[in-house]
Amino acid sequence: MTNGAPRSSPGPAAASSGLTAPATLDRKVVAGAVVLALAGAVAPVLPAYPLTLLTQAVIVAILAMSLDVLLGYTGLPSLGHAAYFGIAAYTVGILATERQTGLAGCLVAALLLATATAAVFGFLAIRATGTYFLMITLALGMVVWGLAFRWVSMTKGDNGIAGVPRPELGLPWSLAAPLPFFYFALLAAALAWAAMGVLVRSPFGLGLKGIRESESRMRALGYNVWLHKYLAFVISGFFAAFAGVLWAYYNGFVGPVDVQLVTSVETLLMVALGGPGTLAGPALGAAAIVFLKNFVSVYTKRWLLILGAVYIGVILFAPRGVLGAFSREPHSAR
Amino acid sequence: MSAEFWITQAFNGISYGALLFLLASGLSLIFGVMRIVNLAHGSYFMLGGYVGLSVVWRTGSFLAALVASAVAIALIGIGMERLFLRRLPGQTLGQVLMTVGFALMFQDVALLVWGGDPYTIPVPAALQGIVTAGTLRFPAYRIFIIFVAVLVGAGLWVVLDRTRVGAMIRAAVDDREMAQGVGIHVPVVSLGVFALGAALAALGGVIGGGFLGVYPGADFEVLPYAFVVVIVGGLGSLPGAMVGSLLVGLLDNFGKALFPELSYFTLFAPMALILALRPTGLFGRA
Repeated sequence: MTNGAPRSSPGPAAASSGLTAPATLDRKVVAGAVVLALAGAVAPVLPAYPLTLLTQAVIVAILAMSLDVLLGYTGLPSLGHAAYFGIAAYTVGILATERQTGLAGCLVAALLLATATAAVFGFLAIRATGTYFLMITLALGMVVWGLAFRWVSMTKGDNGIAGVPRPELGLPWSLAAPLPFFYFALLAAALAWAAMGVLVRSPFGLGLKGIRESESRMRALGYNVWLHKYLAFVISGFFAAFAGVLWAYYNGFVGPVDVQLVTSVETLLMVALGGPGTLAGPALGAAAIVFLKNFVSVYTKRWLLILGAVYIGVILFAPRGVLGAFSREPHSAR
Repeated sequence: MSAEFWITQAFNGISYGALLFLLASGLSLIFGVMRIVNLAHGSYFMLGGYVGLSVVWRTGSFLAALVASAVAIALIGIGMERLFLRRLPGQTLGQVLMTVGFALMFQDVALLVWGGDPYTIPVPAALQGIVTAGTLRFPAYRIFIIFVAVLVGAGLWVVLDRTRVGAMIRAAVDDREMAQGVGIHVPVVSLGVFALGAALAALGGVIGGGFLGVYPGADFEVLPYAFVVVIVGGLGSLPGAMVGSLLVGLLDNFGKALFPELSYFTLFAPMALILALRPTGLFGRA
């Protein structure tokens, strides 16, 4: 290395960039584990409705974290993230109702199909930057919505696919009951959180952060920026699909509402609310929005008005998200 | 399939494209000057239709409905730009979430005021007939839509290309900072363009209300079409909006007629192809 030749290793060591200090890393992991353990501990004493909402929050949290990999860490705001979530949910719905496929078959098929779609869409979208990226992902998301809505012979159109059975794992507890299914979802979310956490702290993940902060500098350093962004896009789609599989089982129903634009935008709101680039923040943001939507709609029919006001309020008063306000990392305006 | 089928479908496609032009030209101009992705643009279309509906019910005048709804929605646009969006310069994600927030609120307000039933705006008797040419039959109203779109397109072109105001807008599109530097008051230009875009969408809403109807959900239904037009044509380009509208109108119509189950696919797949070849759209500049 004395002659200044370019290094062939993929990225600098984590310590050299100073982006994550080990002490805070440990504290974050402990805090996350405590939250998960708390959720697991209170679940048995919760009444049925809050438990259902908690299950929903846990699943949607995976979706929000998957978008955070793309938005918070790579700086790419996708407006079509519900597509991969929805494709996976539809795959499970169709296979489980028409072919009686089990969990393993559904999981593999759904993840493969949705990730392959993300691989194709990413190929088209990553070329674009900024607003064009937003618009292209929006339009690509609409392709999927259009198929869900109009390809009636496959998706049953607006009626959706009802009666998706919960998987049988051969365990002593049936996942058809709310509590075992909650633990199933919680375990899945913990796995997804751990996997994404390892990913964003890896040299690859630090490369993504570097691209977020300065694409041209990363290019000058010899990084393959396109490949980093493309892989982030596909990985993000993969985890969204993972959430979609759980969602189909949780809800027992898959419909065009799961892939529509508003679902994609709501996921963006969860990330923005919790603080992009923190993983845990978007997960909490997801929980907040799930509980808010459901509780407000119990008390008033005007919940869209309130949700709309929440969007505007978040942007005006907490532009860096609730967790983002506490994080020390500088965040460039976008 | 007969020649008649192709001519009728082409006519329907062109007239739908004309309606899309009213919606998308405003979106494209707003983007060009302010770089704002306005997800509430479909709401202007829907609210415009509802306001027009109420005015027609009260006064019986279609023309009054056009004027009143254009003015009312332009005012809403001015309020949104002046009080909210101006606080978020260059923050794409913030703008997206904020305009979605407005779109959700508008949706709920429309539901509160006009209820959930679909309505059709009654059109003047003079526009209700059918023009026949041999065995072909063309609804007069659709010819009227094409006429309005051509008029608006020509008007926009003259203003943008031949007047001082147009030169100021084009300067703001090309280089905001330089335009500011040579003494153009860009915030005022932005506000004017935002109001104009909102008014055009409202016009589209009233005119579209005559044959598509006015109903809850129309906002998010037309929005992707407007986006596809703008993406295909190129952001901020008037010729792009014209060509894009025609292309999308035709693709959508033939797609629905020939492959009903895949109709959205036939609309979006060509868009993806164009993007793959020209990432900035047909007429856009990087």
